[in-house]
Amino acid sequence: MKVSLFATCLGELFYQEAAKDMVEVLERLGCEIDFPRGQICCGQPAYNSGYRKDAQKAAKQMIATFESSDYIVTPSGSCAGMFKEYPRLFRDDAIWQERAQNVADKTYEFTQFIVNVLGVEELGAVYHAKATYHTSCHMMRLLKETGSPFKLLNNVEGLELLPLENSYDCCGFGGTFAVKMVPISEQMVDEKVRHVEETGADVLITADGGCLMNIKGRIDREGKPIAVKHIAQILNSRS
Amino acid sequence: MAMKIGEKPFFDRVDDALDDTFMRQSMADAQDGLRGKKIAATEGDEAIGDWEEWRNAGEEIRRHTLENLDYYLEQLSDNVAKRGGHVFFAETAEEANAYIQQVAQEKNAKNATKAKSMVTEEIGLNEALSDVGCQVHETDLAEYILQAEEDDRPSHIVVPSLHKNKSQIRDTLTEKAGYTGTDQPEELTAFARSQLRDVFMNADIGITGCNFGVAESGSVSLVTNEGNANMVTSYPETQISVMGMERLVPTWEELDVMVNLLSRSAVGQKITTYVTNVTPEVGSASVDGPKDFHLVIVDGGRSKALGTEFQSALHCIRCAACVNVCPVYRHVGGHAYGSIYQGPIGAVLSPILGGYEEYGELPYASSLCAACTEACPVKIPLHEQLIRHREIYVEEGYADKSEQAAMTAFGIGASTPSLFKIATKGVPTFAKPLVQDGSISNGLGPMKLWTKIREFPAPGHDNFRKWFKEHTKGGSRHE
Repeated sequence: MKVSLFATCLGELFYQEAAKDMVEVLERLGCEIDFPRGQICCGQPAYNSGYRKDAQKAAKQMIATFESSDYIVTPSGSCAGMFKEYPRLFRDDAIWQERAQNVADKTYEFTQFIVNVLGVEELGAVYHAKATYHTSCHMMRLLKETGSPFKLLNNVEGLELLPLENSYDCCGFGGTFAVKMVPISEQMVDEKVRHVEETGADVLITADGGCLMNIKGRIDREGKPIAVKHIAQILNSRS
Repeated sequence: MAMKIGEKPFFDRVDDALDDTFMRQSMADAQDGLRGKKIAATEGDEAIGDWEEWRNAGEEIRRHTLENLDYYLEQLSDNVAKRGGHVFFAETAEEANAYIQQVAQEKNAKNATKAKSMVTEEIGLNEALSDVGCQVHETDLAEYILQAEEDDRPSHIVVPSLHKNKSQIRDTLTEKAGYTGTDQPEELTAFARSQLRDVFMNADIGITGCNFGVAESGSVSLVTNEGNANMVTSYPETQISVMGMERLVPTWEELDVMVNLLSRSAVGQKITTYVTNVTPEVGSASVDGPKDFHLVIVDGGRSKALGTEFQSALHCIRCAACVNVCPVYRHVGGHAYGSIYQGPIGAVLSPILGGYEEYGELPYASSLCAACTEACPVKIPLHEQLIRHREIYVEEGYADKSEQAAMTAFGIGASTPSLFKIATKGVPTFAKPLVQDGSISNGLGPMKLWTKIREFPAPGHDNFRKWFKEHTKGGSRHE
C-alpha cells in the first residue's frame, strides 16, 4: 500500500522523532512511504485567524502536492482536520473545491489510518510507564476520531493507561489563540496540567503536535516531572 | 445598559474575571454538574430514542422556519390580531421601547411584573419603562436578585446569577430588601416569594419574553421552572410579550420538539416544571387571561443575518448548551464577554446585533475546540461562524497591522517550498542562542507571547527530509 506522509510543519521543525517513528511503524505494517517534497503547512494558522486568502495559498500548495497520492497520512489530528476543511475553504471556487475534496477524502490521521484502513490494532509495541492520553479537540470533533488511539495504546505491553478527568476540555492551544488570549489560554492549560498530574501518570501521550507543544511547554515551564510524548513514539517503542 | 455590559476594554474584563476565584469555581462546578445531567436527559435517555435524530429534527424545524420567516411571522401576527391582540414590529430596540412606553402611559401603569426574558435585557426595557414612571419588577428569582443588586447583569442566559453565591445573595437582600435571615437557599427563596406575592397582585402590566411563538394559533410559549410566568400572565389585565423575530415555530407539533430540545439541553430536565402557553382571547368573557394583549416582535439587527452565513445563528433557542461546555466561558464567566449574550453563541450573536466595533474581539475568545458545535441541539456550526466573523474582521480592516503582515508572510512561506526548506535548515542555527536546556524560555517577536507562560520547543537539529532520504535508500533507522 502506498502512503504519502504529511509530516506537518511542527513535525518537521520540532518533532522529527515522532515523524520518524511514524514512518517506521507504517513501514513495519507493509506500507510503502513517500514524502512529497512540496509539503509545508496545512494553513491552519491563517485560516483560524481569519486570513482566508493566505490560508488558501497554503492549501493550494498542499492540494497540488498531495492530489496524486493514494493515501495521505499525518501525525496530527488537527492538520488532518484542516485538510478536511479544504472544500469549505474553497466554497467560492468550484475547480479548487473539487481538487480539495479529492485530497480531503484520502486524508487520515496516523492512528485512524492504522485502525480503520489497515485494520490493525496490535503493533507489538512495548513501553513501560504509567501514562494518560490527551484527546485533541479537532481529532475528536472535526475528524470524529475517538477510538483508534485507545485501541492501539491498550495493546502496548507494559503501558498502564490512566483515565484523564475532563478529557473533553480543550488544552488551551487553539493556534493563534495561545498567543492572542494568553491569560485565558494559561488557565486552560493549567487546568489540563492539573488533571494530568492528578492521574499520577509519568507520561502524557497525544496525537497532535499543537496540543503537545502547548501542554509540554507549560509542564516544562512549571518544572513538573511529566514527559509528553507523541503517540507514534509510544507505538514504535520496543522496550 | 441594554445588550452591553460594562465599559472596560476586553482584556481588563478578562483580568477582572480571572481574579474572581469564587466566580470561576461556580462556573466550573456548574459546567461539571450540568454535563452529567444533560447526558442523562439526552443521549443517555433511552425513552426518547436517538438524540442525534432529535437534533436533526430541531435543525430542520429551525431552518424551515427561518427560510419561511415572513410567512410564519404573518401567520402569527394574523392569529394574534384575530384573537383581539395587538402586534407591533419593531426594527430597533428604541422602537420597541417607545411602543411599550406608550402602552404603559395609556394604562397609566406604575408597576409591571416581568418574567425572565433575554430580549427585554437586550433592548433595555426596564430603564425605558422607568423613564416613563413605570417600575419593572423582575420575578424570576435570579433576575430578582440581580435587580436588587442594582447594577448587576446576567452572566448566563439561562442561569443569570450564576456568578453569585448564597452569602453574596444574602448580603444583597439584607442590604437592599430588608432581609434578616440566613444564607440558606430555602430561606432566601421563601423571602423572595413573600416579597413577590404583593408585587404580582398589584401589577398594572405583565411582561414576558417569548421562548416560542406558535404561528398556527397566535400563542406565546414560556418555559420556566419557577411558575412566575404564570403569575405574570394571569394577574394584570394588560400583557406585553416581547419576542425576538426569529423565535417562533409553525405549529404545536414543532413546539413539542423544540421544548424537549430546550429543556433537555439547557438544564438536563426532561421537561421544565412549567411550560406556560398564552393564547390571547381578548373580549371573550368566558376565559381567564389578559384583557389587553400586545406582542412586540423585535428585529434589533437580526435581519442582517438573514441570507448570510450567519442565518443559522438565528436558529438559536437560547438553551446555553454551548455556554455550558465552553472552556473559555469556564474560566472567564459571562461578564467578561461584555454582552448579555455570552459564551460561544454570544461571541457569534453579539457582533451580528451590535457590530464589530463593539464586539469584534469576542469571536477570538475561543480556541475553536468545537465543543459548542457538538453541544448545540439545533446544530448551529458555532465554531465555523466564529472563524467567519474573524474573516470579516480582517476583511474590514479591524485586525492589527503587524498581524496582517505576519499572515501575508505566512501565506508566501507556506506556498513556497524553497523558502520552507531554507527555514527547516536555518531555524535551528538561528534559534540556537535562545535555547537553554533543550527549550526556549524567552522568545523574540511573536514567540515572546508564547514564552510568557510556556517553554517554546527548540527546533530539532536533525533535518527530517535528509533523514527520510537516507532512510529510504536503505540507510538509517532511528532510535
